[in-house]
Amino acid sequence: MLRLYATVAAGGFRRHATYRVATAAGVFTNTVFGFVLSYTYIALWDERPQLGGYSVDDALAYVWIGQALITVCGMMGGGFEDELIERIRTGDIAVDLYRPADLQAWWFSAHAGRSAYQLLGRGVVPMAVGAFAFHFTLPSGPGGWLAFLVAVALGSTVGFAIWYLVAMSAFWLLDGQGVVQVAWLGGLFFSGMLLPLNVFPGALGEVARMLPWASLLQVPADVYLGKYVGWELAGAYAFQGCWALVLFGAGRAAQAAATRKVVVQGG
Amino acid sequence: MAETTRVGADSAGIHEVDSGAIHEMDSGGIQEVDSGAVHRNERRSYGPLADSWRTYRLVAGMWIRSTMAYRASFALTLVTSFCVTFFDFVVILLMFGQVKGLGGFGFAEVALLYGTAGTSFGIADLTMGSLQRMGKRVRDGSLDTFLMRPAPLLAQVAADKFALRRFGRVAQGLLVLVWALLLLDVEWTPLKVLLLPVTVVSGTVIFAAVMVLGASTLFWMQDAAEVTNSFTYGGNTLLQYPPTIFAQELVRGVVYVVPLAFVSWLPALYVLGRPAPAGVPEWAAFVSPLVAAVCCGAAGLAWRAGIRSYRSTGS
Repeated sequence: MLRLYATVAAGGFRRHATYRVATAAGVFTNTVFGFVLSYTYIALWDERPQLGGYSVDDALAYVWIGQALITVCGMMGGGFEDELIERIRTGDIAVDLYRPADLQAWWFSAHAGRSAYQLLGRGVVPMAVGAFAFHFTLPSGPGGWLAFLVAVALGSTVGFAIWYLVAMSAFWLLDGQGVVQVAWLGGLFFSGMLLPLNVFPGALGEVARMLPWASLLQVPADVYLGKYVGWELAGAYAFQGCWALVLFGAGRAAQAAATRKVVVQGG
Repeated sequence: MAETTRVGADSAGIHEVDSGAIHEMDSGGIQEVDSGAVHRNERRSYGPLADSWRTYRLVAGMWIRSTMAYRASFALTLVTSFCVTFFDFVVILLMFGQVKGLGGFGFAEVALLYGTAGTSFGIADLTMGSLQRMGKRVRDGSLDTFLMRPAPLLAQVAADKFALRRFGRVAQGLLVLVWALLLLDVEWTPLKVLLLPVTVVSGTVIFAAVMVLGASTLFWMQDAAEVTNSFTYGGNTLLQYPPTIFAQELVRGVVYVVPLAFVSWLPALYVLGRPAPAGVPEWAAFVSPLVAAVCCGAAGLAWRAGIRSYRSTGS
């Protein structure tokens, strides 16, 4: 069984590795946005040094981590939900349900492969360009990088769980566009993609840092910047892990409820 | 109004190419009779501009009617579209909650930059935003259907899947613009008052030209749509902030290489009574319409070249 999912994951990796032009275009766009955002953050931190507990170098690292992780953690769309919704809408999902594999695990494996490719293909180059142009903060040693990668993996898992749940709504709504847009909006704002969550004022910041979207970028970035020491790091992982479990469970419950009502038309 | 002129301006001359493409297929032995019909139709047409406008109106109208079949869904997506762009502005509000000024610009001044760029980009995105999805049509060959129709291709593709919900972005941009004008403490002269609408219109045309230029590259590289995003969405983000915060090389780049500075920066700086960035002369604030015209010319040439090199997948 595990071999099957490993094959699906490898397939996800290879499938996205085929689109080299799209990858190059994505890298270019992420880099351009990285530059634009970097200068706005420099201006902001120039006025208020140590805003949100970040130095300018930390803030710049945050910008480029965000650009590198957009597709990995699914801040602006998981990259698979449109396809899944379309399969639900057209009824092709019946074929998927007929396979001797779990639907959620199948899509998660494909997502894992895709994320791994996106991290290598779309993450590394913008980070390198950003580091070269702005000399931002780097993690202290290989241990820091490893801790960051674990947080990214957990963030990517939470991202998948959110978008899977969103896609499940199509079983009831058929047109998932409304829900997708709302989720997109939530992801964009509450992941800290536009502005770090620790810069959000008062209660808004408190709430934003508790929501699942904080797992996608804010937590990995803070792990990268070494803001968590000792047991705090375990706490950060636990925060991501809990959201992953809760959302996976919700997705599974929605899937179970949906598959009970699926009616496949013959003919 | 802006988009009307634009659609026409760009497709002027494209019409011929379009029918040329149909011809090429004909010589491949498709349907002689059809090409005759196309020709007769063209002789009766009222010129490429009017044709483009008519096509655009018809196709867009069709999509609007189809959207209106699900009114609740439309209302929801319109509100979300407004919110997405509104959150974009919330970021600037949050920034100004922490600081008094960015790069020496106050809130009202940044809001003016945001409002002018946002409105222009919103209108361009509403009218031409569908172009970025043309790559899929090139890849799966469904562009052939468009080429067979006796109507200008650019107008057809631009109006394809016309999404009225994108009006949310225009509304948000206008709202911020009006807010900025209410807050601003500027000595208004007739010239400045006149410059504002001219800026919004030229800005729209420049953004739209960039979109057409980007779509032209899709004939060769179907997956490269995201590159255009970095100039449209990225350019819009760039123009929302004062030029003083960016590296001077970057500012020179958007003045001389990709002339996005003419969308809003240069005219808005004149309105604000601030010096132009990167050693650009002051009269540059008034040449936006000219720059827009040049951009349209370049986009038209690129589009022609794109269509000429189009080879159907045949499926």
